[in-house]
Amino acid sequence: MNTDAAAQAGYRRFLERRSFIEMNARERVRAVLDPGTYREMLGPFDRIKSPWLPLQGIVAQADDGVVLARGTLQAKPALIAAIESAYQGGSMGEVSGAKIAGALELALEDCEQGRLIFPVLLFETGGVRLQEANLGLAAIAEIHAAIIALRRYVPVVGVIAGMVGCFGGMSLAAALCTHLIVTPQARLGMNGPEVIEQEAGIEELDAADRGLIWSLIGGERRYAEGFADDLLEDDADAIAAAIRKAVSADPASAAKPARSMQVERYVELLRKLGPTP
Amino acid sequence: MSVESGLSRRGRIWFEALTGGGAANLSSLKSLCVADAALRGETARFIAVVPDAQNRFPRARGGEVGLDEGWALAQHVRATIAEANDGARRPIIAIVDVSSQAYGRREELLGIHLACAAAADAYASARLAGHPVIALLVGKAMSGAFLAHGYQANRILALDSPEVMVQAMGKQAAARVTRSSVEEMEKLGERIAPVAYDIRSYASLGLLHELIEGIDADAPGRIDVDRVRAELVDAITDARAGASDLAGRLSSPAARKTRAASIEVRRRLAEQWHSVEQGRAAEQRDVRS
Repeated sequence: MNTDAAAQAGYRRFLERRSFIEMNARERVRAVLDPGTYREMLGPFDRIKSPWLPLQGIVAQADDGVVLARGTLQAKPALIAAIESAYQGGSMGEVSGAKIAGALELALEDCEQGRLIFPVLLFETGGVRLQEANLGLAAIAEIHAAIIALRRYVPVVGVIAGMVGCFGGMSLAAALCTHLIVTPQARLGMNGPEVIEQEAGIEELDAADRGLIWSLIGGERRYAEGFADDLLEDDADAIAAAIRKAVSADPASAAKPARSMQVERYVELLRKLGPTP
Repeated sequence: MSVESGLSRRGRIWFEALTGGGAANLSSLKSLCVADAALRGETARFIAVVPDAQNRFPRARGGEVGLDEGWALAQHVRATIAEANDGARRPIIAIVDVSSQAYGRREELLGIHLACAAAADAYASARLAGHPVIALLVGKAMSGAFLAHGYQANRILALDSPEVMVQAMGKQAAARVTRSSVEEMEKLGERIAPVAYDIRSYASLGLLHELIEGIDADAPGRIDVDRVRAELVDAITDARAGASDLAGRLSSPAARKTRAASIEVRRRLAEQWHSVEQGRAAEQRDVRS
């Protein structure tokens, strides 16, 4: 009887669950922020587009695929930056990269002046947009710089929900976050499978072998290996709750060394692999 | 020649030229050169990633930044910060000749993204702590490898040489991902500077502090080395006089032209940021009342 009730409750929960993955970037930001506090900056009506895509015959979208909003998380000031995977694979061009870097730099200024604001990055990106190549790479270096500087004041929270995942230079941005949330549908890797196959040969990695790729860089594996802090089902409310929890940690916990600062620990782990890993 | 059996020797050549060759290598990895050497009256730490045909990770034998290299870079840069407790913030010179990050199955599994992030983190932390961090591009500065080793520097210098290049992805792979050909990529680069591979196109983006012309990059003579040293000293002085962030990359005349959109985004974002702040304060009062 009890089991039946539990099963039914679980079934109801499953039906009522709101998928985060199926949301676009704007909906994701709204799902995360406290209701009624969403204030978008440099939205589509500001029409700051990529100056480089039209030169290559590609239609530029009016927000360049990044949604920036300020609002609150349990009444704490927050900045959310979300990447829209449906536009150019969530790739980082000059404008989309500058939107994220610029917003983090402004958050840093506020933090330096004692006005703490909590940044959250919703990743969904293949990395550099190759049509803007070096300007995307430069922007990613600026995003890294801002995360590292901000982390001294507040935890920087990252989310990789899927289905695109997080690759290239932006995988470093995810690795620099104080707290990283993934779902089983997330993938986190530096080099996309196709690029590895191209550069190292099909004997090294067969990009068509989906099972192998998920077993290497899928969310469950990443969490199990300690490369992510939370593994959550694709549930917008659960993800929003986990972000709140990470943000509500005492600001002093921003002093807790991020994974990328735990050098001795990882050097020792690598040493244990022996001469032929 | 710089290319023997396909591997660039540029990193080692410039590491030895600038450290005098006799300095002890502080790194236990053969693929990493770390030494302290005098630079105009002070001691600077020089760091280069170099090829090692016996590297235990086969995908990191060609001078790539692999797992060991990423973490070791982080270790040596952080050691430099720790040694500065007496207050002297030593310059750190990243000599950059990195063909790519290591592409491989083991690398992904063991977290190459985190190893490279750790190196970037260490360089940025050194910069924020007041160390002048200078990247000297003597060969390839590719993609994630450059993000790990050099791109967090206060100032970036480059030798004006055909083999010096900065790009986000190798030509072949980029052609595959964008579904075009290498020839098409090269043609596009002539028209659109950010997709070009050569260092002069890169210089037009305004990200370089200085493009050093007329240097023999493969076999530098004493005059070449002295000139590069002088440029390093200038860059260190300039870095010490400036801010510890990367804002300088948007202030050059070339940046104002080519990265106009990066500047415009920040300008308009700052306007909206502060008006949103006022709106939010009003909103909060409403919510509470």
